[in-house]
Amino acid sequence: MFVDHDTILNTAGSHEEVTRVTKPYGQVLRKAVNVTTADDAEKWVDLLRAVRDRQDQTAFAELFAHFAPRVKAFLIRSGMEPAQAEECTQEVMAALWTKAHLFDPARASVSTWVYTIARNRRIDVARRNRRPEPEDLPWGPQAEPDQEDVLLLQQESENLGRAIATLPEKQRDLIAKAFYGDLSHSEIAEITGLPLGTIKSRIRLALDRLRHALA
Amino acid sequence: MTIKHHLTDALLMSYAAGTLPEAFSLVVATHVSMCDECRARAGSFDAVGGGLLEEGPVAAVSADCLAATMALIRETKAERAERKPRVAGVLPRPLQDCVGGDLSAIKWRPAGLGVKQAILSTADGATARLLYIPAGSAVPDHGHRGTELTLVLQGAFRDQTDRFGRGDVEVADEDLKHTPVADIGEDCICLAATDAPLRFSSWLPRLAQPFLKI
Repeated sequence: MFVDHDTILNTAGSHEEVTRVTKPYGQVLRKAVNVTTADDAEKWVDLLRAVRDRQDQTAFAELFAHFAPRVKAFLIRSGMEPAQAEECTQEVMAALWTKAHLFDPARASVSTWVYTIARNRRIDVARRNRRPEPEDLPWGPQAEPDQEDVLLLQQESENLGRAIATLPEKQRDLIAKAFYGDLSHSEIAEITGLPLGTIKSRIRLALDRLRHALA
Repeated sequence: MTIKHHLTDALLMSYAAGTLPEAFSLVVATHVSMCDECRARAGSFDAVGGGLLEEGPVAAVSADCLAATMALIRETKAERAERKPRVAGVLPRPLQDCVGGDLSAIKWRPAGLGVKQAILSTADGATARLLYIPAGSAVPDHGHRGTELTLVLQGAFRDQTDRFGRGDVEVADEDLKHTPVADIGEDCICLAATDAPLRFSSWLPRLAQPFLKI
């Protein structure tokens, strides 16, 4: 089986893309898991849009290959049994498809969105009830957010990822522990110095535009 | 509406990490529904979770995992997930979902001195309740044993620290001893959550349990 990338990728061609197009599917998956490029965040957005607009199963398979093993690892690290984590991963990944129309790339990267779905599923399973969620902001008159906003937010998400990766190990471990559910609220209060100012401003801007469009 | 008092980073990060007790999550979700600044801050903490997921470890899924997921999608496709936008009323949506409606759906119980309360949730060792404080009334002096979050939904109250209007949230720890007084203009309705254990179910001032000290 070969992947036809012309139909699922809008991002500029790269050497990885050439590799993927010319190699069998199994190798594509391994490659996709290991490669991190500056365009990745935007690539995931394009693939998710292909799922939303065309029910593109090939695009979904690529998202699945990248995110399913990460979601499963997150659930296991959060204390779930592997068998249940596998089942839960399927539910999380299925939500990627069924909720694709709710994803707003001006406010979150696909990684962040997948994380929130996995986290909420984990809470629902543990408590057997739903986590209180803020009310949604309705879409404005435009069906799509401004492309420039999307681009900047996606780039900012990658910058944040890199910034976290280069934090001192002790601080990074503490943050990871917090998100795997190993720290209490008062222990989390000790975590300082996360570089969140820029991404917060980007999200705030997207919210302001949404409010303005609705007014 | 200008919100002056916001959630702390620790609360928003714990909410993003999914580790808050349900009662606190309810306060966070309700405040975020009213406050775009905290919605953006919450989004930035979610992005930390996304970054960790991206960089984090991977666990191999079974060979038929994708096929099983596609089957699940076919099963659930009929029920298209919808947004849950703002609903009309005083209570933001997360609270309306919890109460089962707006103010008129709240089952108030008298708590003495004209104050009324309705307990909403007591999961994970934390308690959330709605409080109704008549205009101009004071809530007797009380301290806290854990963290107490008080979010104003209607009217306003004032204590030793400041004035709190609709959307404002006061984050009080054990050190704060305060006497909240409702503004004279309007009855005040608040959502309060505390992680101290609940020690009594009805208001019994004679037992030296000052009002609200739970």
